[in-house]
Amino acid sequence: MSLDEYRKREFKQVGQRVRRPDGVDKVTGRAMYGADATAPGMLVGRILRSPHAHARIRGIDTSAAEALKGVKAVLTGADLPAQEDDFIRDVQDNCMARDKALYDGHAVAAVAAVDAATARAALKLIKVDYEVLPHVTDVDVAIKPGAPVVQKGRSLENVPAGMSENVTSHCEFGHGDPAAGFARADHVVERHFRTAATHQGYIEPHAALASVTSDGKAELWCCTQGQFFVRTLCAAIMGMEASQLRVTASEIGGGFGGKTTVFIEPVALALSRKAGRPVKIVMTRDEVFRATGPTVHTSTDVKIGMTKDGRITAAEAHLRYSGGAFPCGTVDMGAQAAFAAYDLEHVRTYGWNVLTNRPKEAAYRAPGAPQSIYAVESVVDELCQHFGLDPIDVRLKNAARKGTKSSYGPTFPDIGLIATLEAAKKHPHYSAPLQPGQGRGISCGFWFNFGGNSCVSLNINTDGTVGVTEGNPDIGGSRASISLMAAEELGIEYDRVRTIVADTSSLGYNDVTDGSRVTFAVGLATIKAAREAVRVMCGRAAKIWGIDAEAVEWKDGAAVPAGPNAGKFPPMSLAEIAAVSFETGGPIAGHHEVNVDGAGVSFGVHIVDVEVDKETGQTTVLRYTVFQDAGKAVHPSYVEGQMQGGAVQGIGWALNEEYIYGADGRLQNPGFLDYRVPVASDLPMIDTVILEIPNPGHPYGVRGVGETGIVPPLAAISNAVSRSAGIRLSELPMSPPRVLKALGG
Amino acid sequence: MVKVRLWGSLRQAADGRTEVEVEARTFKELLDRLGETYPGLAPQIARGVSLSLDGVIYREAWFTEIGPESEVVLMPYMTGG
Amino acid sequence: MKSIPVSTTINGDACEFLCAPDETLLDALRNRLGLTGAKEGCGTGDCGACSVTLNGRLVCSCLVLGVEAEGAEITTIEGMADGDELHPLQRHFIDHAALQCGVCTPGILVAAKALLEKNPEPSDEEVRYWLAGNLCRCTGYDKIIRAVQAAAAEMRGA
Ligand code: FES
Ligand code: FES
Repeated sequence: MSLDEYRKREFKQVGQRVRRPDGVDKVTGRAMYGADATAPGMLVGRILRSPHAHARIRGIDTSAAEALKGVKAVLTGADLPAQEDDFIRDVQDNCMARDKALYDGHAVAAVAAVDAATARAALKLIKVDYEVLPHVTDVDVAIKPGAPVVQKGRSLENVPAGMSENVTSHCEFGHGDPAAGFARADHVVERHFRTAATHQGYIEPHAALASVTSDGKAELWCCTQGQFFVRTLCAAIMGMEASQLRVTASEIGGGFGGKTTVFIEPVALALSRKAGRPVKIVMTRDEVFRATGPTVHTSTDVKIGMTKDGRITAAEAHLRYSGGAFPCGTVDMGAQAAFAAYDLEHVRTYGWNVLTNRPKEAAYRAPGAPQSIYAVESVVDELCQHFGLDPIDVRLKNAARKGTKSSYGPTFPDIGLIATLEAAKKHPHYSAPLQPGQGRGISCGFWFNFGGNSCVSLNINTDGTVGVTEGNPDIGGSRASISLMAAEELGIEYDRVRTIVADTSSLGYNDVTDGSRVTFAVGLATIKAAREAVRVMCGRAAKIWGIDAEAVEWKDGAAVPAGPNAGKFPPMSLAEIAAVSFETGGPIAGHHEVNVDGAGVSFGVHIVDVEVDKETGQTTVLRYTVFQDAGKAVHPSYVEGQMQGGAVQGIGWALNEEYIYGADGRLQNPGFLDYRVPVASDLPMIDTVILEIPNPGHPYGVRGVGETGIVPPLAAISNAVSRSAGIRLSELPMSPPRVLKALGG
Repeated sequence: MVKVRLWGSLRQAADGRTEVEVEARTFKELLDRLGETYPGLAPQIARGVSLSLDGVIYREAWFTEIGPESEVVLMPYMTGG
Repeated sequence: MKSIPVSTTINGDACEFLCAPDETLLDALRNRLGLTGAKEGCGTGDCGACSVTLNGRLVCSCLVLGVEAEGAEITTIEGMADGDELHPLQRHFIDHAALQCGVCTPGILVAAKALLEKNPEPSDEEVRYWLAGNLCRCTGYDKIIRAVQAAAAEMRGA
């Protein structure tokens, strides 16, 4: 598509803090989430999971389970087809192990029974003959030659010879000659960092209700960020045609990237096909932690050189990421994002993905970026402290701007980093006095943002109201934003528009709700669909008036003659045109289908004040401010909500959250008691400052806002801890025991 | 001819260069020419690449037009959360 | 295991159901009575998504047995609004954008209402500590605290 360029305008609807259409359902308990649906004759599905980190499955004896009264189907990997395509095979093998269990919690069999108690009893009767194999769960161990090999033969052609077979891919980005740059520095800092795997931690566990009928048709209800992608994956795994499988996305109780793939959906479908009855599977929290997507865990080396006046002369990073037991491309994005905030002459990043016996990584807000940017921003802060320079001044001095050749290749168009840094610098938070023992840290953050495939259908109802049908599950208020943009373009009030999310049989393909794409890309398709409807309405008015369609234009929600030569007619409103639509040619609608590009990158800056308790090692966040460029905030409350939610997830990552594996390779903390996400009493208010530097690639200037917010907290807090307690931690999370250790306690 | 910037790890597949020139007017032509001229790039192209054109990232879009002066950067295919 | 009949009052209405001796109140509400407003986020008392009140006391219904509801008064999110009149907490949650995905919202509303009944004028800190057992992964809690305080102010004024 050609870029639909941004044009400055006065907004009437966009920018209003309207009530969301799903609000009342959600505050009254009526909204239907994944686990809330039932079907006649429904069975309960349950999954048996490997207790071993790595084991060959020599055989599975399901006969006793099958014989149990009330058991209607038992499933193992042998029931699913062999897959040609690597990507599909990995997804399928992750849903149900084939010959090897690759991590603690890996699914090995499943049952469908009349009730939960029977299903649980049946699982106990399944006998799996395991040959336990040596395992590896740490990226730095798995990368070494001689480490236990998780999967053989998965290395791409770009992996240098001589590395462990666990290394599946290698990447390198950057330009210039770092060695020459380092030679010009007054000081060079090189540090090693590690970050723990974290979980997206959505409060709603995965749930799916599948119904396959004997004529080969299937219905699937599930909580997902992308019902169309679920259809693609499940149709491939089930050997079904897309048209026969209708996937309906329930209301979704959080995803953050973790619900962009399938885990239980194909299992529910396969069980339903075998049992001939609907099957519902709802994961327990333990299963969510052990078998759904955590992030990569990482080990990083960063080296940066600086002159004494704060100019970065060269920068280099080596990133080793593990996305668990399957190949994973997240390190590519981490490597590209690492130095994106800087205008550098000499920069190089190298990345390796390494297999370990951990669950398959799933995307989590800005996948790959928080880890590498944490390391980079920590080293930049150390250099600022070394030279006694102001950390915002140093970032301003080196900031990427329009015309900067980015560290990942492209030259930046209009970006908002400098404005964001300047806003942070002059904000009262930055100059507020600190008490002794308190420290203030800052960090920049970055995400690319994406567009993607989007279909929107917009119907003008005869009573002058408008229905918008789109295909992306609404996680954080996007239906309200879509309605706002439709209302803006049509020139009517927000509450005349209702937006709904369609199932896969009701609309063309939509990419998953990811990459901060929905308000940007679906919004763009909505605007185009509205313009199409406007074109039809202008045509109808022209016919009624007996003038040329070109002589009619749309203004403030009504057709008007374009200029004095068109004739003198009073404006004809949308409602008036809609009321006579049957008489003037039939129902009026607009639709638009497109693969959107032109998403604008988004930068953020966070300021945080902390205090470290030297007795307990506990870090308390005292004050927090987020600055982020949203391009244009369509619904400012939900933009703030994205910034606040992302920041708090980052705070959790920085201070508490981690996957802890025992020597036996089993996950030690698969529950919210031991995997501690931030609770209300841990936090202060999260202040937000939205900047609006329009994205030239969107008619309203919208950029995605969902992901950048999780990036800066990691380093911002680490930098604040260093300034509060005089200790530079190099491993996340900075949990009390680690802080105490660093304090020498 | 358009100049295409490659990312570092593709260098081995492109005779040690990170900037190559091919005759192409669209994204699709560019991918086809790259694959023909440097067969070592074909596996990566098959896995998926994104294209940055004058600073704007395109993930698919075969018919995106490329001018002779355009800045063209090849990037790995990217996904989000 | 034989099912046990339970007589109880839910949201003011007399109600009878059968449940297994080891069945949680949450499962009974959701699976037997169709009251799916309370959610299961963990099943272990750590997330608060299943919050209801039992004889006026705030509980995690995943940690209560269905049979314990015998003779008790239970209120759930479904009973919070008065017909089509939303409770001030519900209204302020919508107006303050205090929900994103909304899956934590029923539990948080039930818990917040229980707080305001005890303490009509809580400090922000008291709200935060009271709600510490209710996880929200989307909002960062900021707008939730503001919405609770706005509702509390309105309720005091009313
Ligand atoms: S489901 Fe009861 S506390 Fe989480
Ligand atoms: S709004 Fe999603 S968990 Fe609270």
